[in-house]
Formats: sequence, structure tokens, C-alpha cells
Amino acid sequence: MSDAKTHVLEPEKWIVRYADYLYNYTITRVDNPEIAKDLVQETFLSGVKGKDSFRGQAAERTWLVSILKRKIIDYYRKINSAKGQKEVKMNFYEDGEQKGSWIEERAPQAWGNDADHSIENSELKDALDRCIDNLPEKYRIVFMLKTVQRYETEEICNELDITPSNLWVIIHRARTQLRKCMEENWFKN
Amino acid sequence: MGRKLLINCDEATTICDKSQYGEASLIDRIRLTLHLAICKHCKKYTRQNSLMTDVYKRFATPCQGSENMPDKEKKELEAKLQEELNKN
Repeated sequence: MSDAKTHVLEPEKWIVRYADYLYNYTITRVDNPEIAKDLVQETFLSGVKGKDSFRGQAAERTWLVSILKRKIIDYYRKINSAKGQKEVKMNFYEDGEQKGSWIEERAPQAWGNDADHSIENSELKDALDRCIDNLPEKYRIVFMLKTVQRYETEEICNELDITPSNLWVIIHRARTQLRKCMEENWFKN
Repeated sequence: MGRKLLINCDEATTICDKSQYGEASLIDRIRLTLHLAICKHCKKYTRQNSLMTDVYKRFATPCQGSENMPDKEKKELEAKLQEELNKN
């Protein structure tokens, strides 16, 4: 691959070649068909506008994906700063003598003895979906990417432009919140 | 967390969460074990956390990435793209 111009752009074929691929890629990350469509559209349009900056070193698809990734990160940043979002409640004292200890009313309570068996119940899925929906979007997305889609930590960090310790704080807060929510709505006697 | 062995509940449960993904270091797991010996809340958290991991595995479904972009939207997109191409 020593030839400089190994790859060329053929925008007129993009829809046929990549629309589904990019749409799929996006929808698993933003969880909303409408937004996924918009982001793919913006990606194609940016691609056309910026086609002179394409140096032919990467395959056409790789190049489009790299544009799309920036769009997704911009989207995450935007929703992250949006007002009126769902909140995560603190579970631990943030300062003072008790810093890092459980806030008493948020501490884990005993669950019913049948907790182990009740995970067979299909209504549990609805309860869980409701709890996940109540997470702020950024927390929900990071939690889902890590837990359900089993992405590598590094991959999520690169994609969302966060550090591993940011990621674990987010996962920790998401999981403590979900635990509490499921305790109240499902497991408690 | 530095080199200290004794940690608080917030740190202990963070390690517990990491270990659900197999990403807690050995020293962190030792810290967690020590903490669990003296903390009943976190002990409960740890037990429930494993159960929650099981629940997530079975029930948390991602918005499936197996769907294609609807044809109608592809057509719209095609038109917009063409328009942009014509500008150049």
C-alpha cells in the first residue's frame, strides 16, 4: 500500500453502500431512529463538503465512520449540557466526616428471599426498562455500551472522549441508581 | 486511591462495580475484601450487585442495530446529498 491515492471517494454511491451500515452504527449509540437518521445525514453532507481533505489513506467507509464518530460525540456533549435532564442522586456523603459513607436512606435494604427466583419473571423486564429510562442520557448510554453491548473500556473512552476514571464514576453512579430503583420497584418485600 | 488499604463505601462499591466487568485490579479486590469484612451495607451491595449483573444480562436489551434505514428516509437523504453534490 505504498501508493498515496489508494482509495477514492464516490459520494453518489454512499447511500447504497453505507446508509444502512452507518444508521445501524448510530442507532446502537444514540438509541433513537430520528436522531440516528439526522446524524447519518450530517455525516454524508460533511463528507461531501470536506471531500478535498480526504487523502485516500483510509477506506471510504472508515473515513465516513470517523466523521460520524465526531458527530456522535458532539451529540453526547450537547445532551450532556441540556437543561432539565434526569438526575442521578448521590448515594454517598460528598464531604465532611462521613465522606464516602452511604447516606442512610440510600443504603441497600434487604431484598425478599425470593430475589433469586424472581429474576425469572418477565414483568421484571418492564421494571428494569423503566429504571434505565430514568437515568440521565449520558449515564444510560455509557451503562448500555459497557454492560449490554460489552464494549471495551478503551473503546468507549475514545469514542466519547472521556477518561477511564470518568467512565467508572458514570458506571458506578448508574449502577447504584439502578440498584436503588429496582429495590424500590421490584425486590423489596 | 493511592496505596492505602482501607477505603470508604463509595470507593468499595466502585471497585465492586468494576469487578462486575472483570476490570478490578488485584490490589483493589484485596481492598474490597477488607472493606466487606467490616461493612454490612457494602456486603449487601456486593451480593445484590452480582444479582443485578445477572438481571442486566438477561433483560437489558439494546435498541437493536439490525434494522436498516427506512427507504423513505434513504430517498430524502439521496435528494439532499445530490443537492449538495450539485453545489460543488
